[in-house]
Amino acid sequence: MADIWNSFWHLAFWQSIAGRGITILAEVLVVIVVLLIFVAYATYFERKVLALAQLRRGPNVIGPFGLLQPFADGLKLMVKETIIPAGANRVLFLMAPMLTFTLALVGWAVVPFYEGGAVANINVGILYLFAISSLGVYGIIIAGWASNSKYSFLGGLRSAAQMVSYEVSIGFVIVAVLLTVGSLNLTNVVMAQQSWWQWLLLSPMLVVFFISGLAETNRPPFDLPEGESELVGGFNTEYSAMTFALFMLGEYANMFMISALTSMLFLGGWLPPFGWDIAFLKWGPLPALLFIIKICAVMFVFLWVRATLPRFRYDQLMRLGWKVFLPFSLFWVMVIAGVLLATGTLPNPQ
Amino acid sequence: MIETIAFYIFSAVLVASAIMVVFSKNAVHSVLFLILAFFNAAGLFILLGAEFVAMILVIVYVGAVAVLFLFVVMMLDINFSDLRRGINTYLPFGIFLGVVLFIELVFLVFQGWVAPPTDGPALAAPAPMLSEISNTRALGQLIYTHYLYVFQVSGLILLVAMIGAIVLTLRHRPGVQRQRIATQVGRKRSESMVIKQVATGAGAPVE
Repeated sequence: MADIWNSFWHLAFWQSIAGRGITILAEVLVVIVVLLIFVAYATYFERKVLALAQLRRGPNVIGPFGLLQPFADGLKLMVKETIIPAGANRVLFLMAPMLTFTLALVGWAVVPFYEGGAVANINVGILYLFAISSLGVYGIIIAGWASNSKYSFLGGLRSAAQMVSYEVSIGFVIVAVLLTVGSLNLTNVVMAQQSWWQWLLLSPMLVVFFISGLAETNRPPFDLPEGESELVGGFNTEYSAMTFALFMLGEYANMFMISALTSMLFLGGWLPPFGWDIAFLKWGPLPALLFIIKICAVMFVFLWVRATLPRFRYDQLMRLGWKVFLPFSLFWVMVIAGVLLATGTLPNPQ
Repeated sequence: MIETIAFYIFSAVLVASAIMVVFSKNAVHSVLFLILAFFNAAGLFILLGAEFVAMILVIVYVGAVAVLFLFVVMMLDINFSDLRRGINTYLPFGIFLGVVLFIELVFLVFQGWVAPPTDGPALAAPAPMLSEISNTRALGQLIYTHYLYVFQVSGLILLVAMIGAIVLTLRHRPGVQRQRIATQVGRKRSESMVIKQVATGAGAPVE
């Protein structure tokens, strides 16, 4: 049986363009399907965590422990009517949610789930993810503009200003990690296990990165673009049914992306924690599983923060981004560069 | 084969969207077409093997510059018939600029690219093998080693521009109450609260 399996994979067909196309398509499908299942259950997970934080039960009616709730919600959103406002720009109005959703998916092309296990293991993986995450704002701006509604428009404007402010500090965090690692390839970033003092040096950046990630994904306490207490529903005021669902799915996929980035940059991705050398954890699918567990742990912090903190005021958000995070991350990049240079631990000195 | 097809697709969409930037009636549509053009330019860079430049193009121009562009353009109420009125006065100058750029392009195509003689040291440095050096490192070596002074000067120019923009737009409005986080956080219980024993029916004494 194993022989047949091996000879099957060694067929010349898999090296041809068509064969490679089919394998890549299969990989893409696996990643997307797994991601969407996780996104669906993230909504369930979020409601359960919020319920626990508020001493409620959360969804518990549909299926055992309410486990079928995401599918019931999905079905509901699918059979509802898509309403397009009369004054809206139809093409852009429908394009915006699709754009958000697509951009939330394409980032996963470069995420390695185990050593070298990415759909596309490219040299500039981090930059690619940074670029994709900075594009996410377009879906929201376009939605806000195309809806032809005051509330949507204000939501879109807020989102644009917010994303631009927090991207800068995310950029500096990435620079700091790259300084210690010396490569833009995500597999290399994970494999370059930092020593404990390097990790300690980077740990303030972890905090900056995570908080900026909250702002980048429009999650509470930075969900001002949505701001239902002031803007009805913000950029998605006018959206209904599947168009709304696509925004929602995109938001959760983006949360997973920030969680994955956090665990790749700071928490060692698929490697065992604390640099322990555990042979057992390198067996078969366990590295990927470990990576997913780490992602879910970071994801829990997202929900924990939502259950704990009230929403920021807009000027406080701008202050935090420009007057606290930006100077601090710039300063800390200098500190890290200085320490690495002084101790001679800069990667690849030439 | 695939690369050739990709090149022609990217270039065709790039040129088409660049034309649409100029000719579309709605300013927001223009900006969106501009973004499409940036994307296709990034695609062309990737075909050239310049992945770092492609990503930076997307991050800087699409992710930041165009967002601010869109931000401003969305809020404008532009009447295009008013804008078109002055076209006859500006047209000759526009055509002149176009002709100059076109001639430069023609020279570039037929004469090839010639580096200035001041680039001697950079050109004399041994060119690293493509397989040994990554895109990012090659650029870093050029910018931060061979052309460091030029790079620093361009940084200074940007700094001056930034300070100029701040000076032009900064205005101090009197009478604005700002939140002082440090004072708020630094407040102590002893300064802000006092516990009094109030006799029933008497009420708290006013100070």
